[in-house]
Amino acid sequence: MAILVYADHNNAELSTATLNAVTAANEMGGDVTVLVAGDGCDAVAAAAAKVAGVSKVLVAQDAALKDHLAENVAPLIAGMASGYSHIVAPATTNGKNIMPRAAALLDIQQVSDITEVVSPDTFVRPIYAGNAMATVQSTDAIKMVTVRSTSFDPAAEEGGSAAVEAVGGAADAGLSSFEGAALSDNERPELTTARVVISGGRGMQSGDNFAMLEEVADLLGAAVGASRAAVDAGYVPNDYQVGQTGKVVAPELYIAVGISGAIQHLAGMKDSKVIACINKDEEAPIFQVADLGLVADLFEAVPALKAELEKQGIQAR
Amino acid sequence: MKVLVPVKRVIDYNVKVRVKADQSGVDLANVKMSMNPFDEIAVEQAVRMKEAGTVTEVVAVTLGAEQSQETLRTALAMGADRAIHVVHDGELEPLAVAKMLAKLVEEESPDMVILGKQAIDDDANQTGQILSGLLGWSQGTFVSKVEASDGGVKVTREVDAGLETVALKMPAILTVDLRLNEPRYASLPNIMKARKKEIAKKTPEELGVDTAPRLTIVKVEEPPKRQGGAKVGSVEELVSKLHNDVGVI
Repeated sequence: MAILVYADHNNAELSTATLNAVTAANEMGGDVTVLVAGDGCDAVAAAAAKVAGVSKVLVAQDAALKDHLAENVAPLIAGMASGYSHIVAPATTNGKNIMPRAAALLDIQQVSDITEVVSPDTFVRPIYAGNAMATVQSTDAIKMVTVRSTSFDPAAEEGGSAAVEAVGGAADAGLSSFEGAALSDNERPELTTARVVISGGRGMQSGDNFAMLEEVADLLGAAVGASRAAVDAGYVPNDYQVGQTGKVVAPELYIAVGISGAIQHLAGMKDSKVIACINKDEEAPIFQVADLGLVADLFEAVPALKAELEKQGIQAR
Repeated sequence: MKVLVPVKRVIDYNVKVRVKADQSGVDLANVKMSMNPFDEIAVEQAVRMKEAGTVTEVVAVTLGAEQSQETLRTALAMGADRAIHVVHDGELEPLAVAKMLAKLVEEESPDMVILGKQAIDDDANQTGQILSGLLGWSQGTFVSKVEASDGGVKVTREVDAGLETVALKMPAILTVDLRLNEPRYASLPNIMKARKKEIAKKTPEELGVDTAPRLTIVKVEEPPKRQGGAKVGSVEELVSKLHNDVGVI
């Protein structure tokens, strides 16, 4: 058996979510080939070749592949599918955008966002915002799967020595063109891989007040997230959103500040190792999942938290 | 321009989901059902485009049991002109749904299909992308802004790192995200009017689509429960517990 893993990347760096997908692929059993589709992405291919558990790297470079447009990438994946038992991608926005289109071209029913590999054809995936876990068996000849990154450890970035092979077959479908991106200018750790996440909700009352969370985040080396309510209110950009339809995080410590804890938000953070929360409403559902809940006005508690961390000399690990 | 808007009847987003004791699925008996929230945003987008004069007809579609008609009535009350109901009892996977939608696109010849980015029941996030692949159309997924441009459409997409803008040739498929708009509530007069609007009925057999599932559901279980609920009395105690007892900071 051979497994094809679609690598998510920005033409310069391999995303960590790809490392999680490699781990899931290895659990399915078989030689893992990583496909790096992009343009000017030699460094990504070289990084993929070093990942432990990768036996081959295929690189497709073309201007049409640079921006991960599904219309151009999906036919490339579909064209190389024969010979593989599985096609796997991280459930990032690129993976979610491209994989079902490739599955359509192959007449395969994809299995989305798996959290566990039970056997080569059987996977566990959350449904209903993670309020139920479905074990599903695929009957398709080729299994197409996207992987929830927080459910699998990342494969080691060093230790592999896979051969890198250039492949052709790229073409511009002529259906879409990339116009530009407005990416968050964020020096903090990435939300989905941070060891500590501090998130704010509607209780923050404004975007400016997120500065309080950022100060605590800087002390702890944490990423800053938000509930849907805070994003909808325009306090912070969309890429901060943690939840059922936003990002799924599972840090060592998740601190929820001014977040009531709707099931849609819990879906994105309830696998965190430790959950702490600060909320003045002691009836808020967030307290039911929090290991350490503090009933307090966040406008007093968050500055006090910063002061206490400084007093104790607690620093980012 | 004509727009097709597929909508799905799902368990209401406020309902606490219960897994059946026999692990065959989720208990949907006597549970409040509503239109998938992302599909409401899709209907709203189509209706706004009609109100702005860029769209001439909005056709709502659903695939599901007899009761799914209620969801179509909601779409009609929001402003869709007419509806198509593909009647089918039991689960439908995204691939089968997209295949039936592709047949309806052949029959109806819309210029655009607008869908929710995912349904909050199976959380698959696939149907729009599959439909685009089957039709060979352009796709704009996770859309938070739509603008007309040069005979095509320019969309802003919510992606992991922020926002990106993509220009799509027509015909196009859009899957919509939360920030695109705030869906309206249907007014009573519009709910009354919607009762008189046409709902055409079809079956998967008439569309010639095999709906046999490709995935076998082995079991559906409750997720592990978190043992939460412990409280601390002060910020000092919180920091002390996190630092000394739990050791995460």
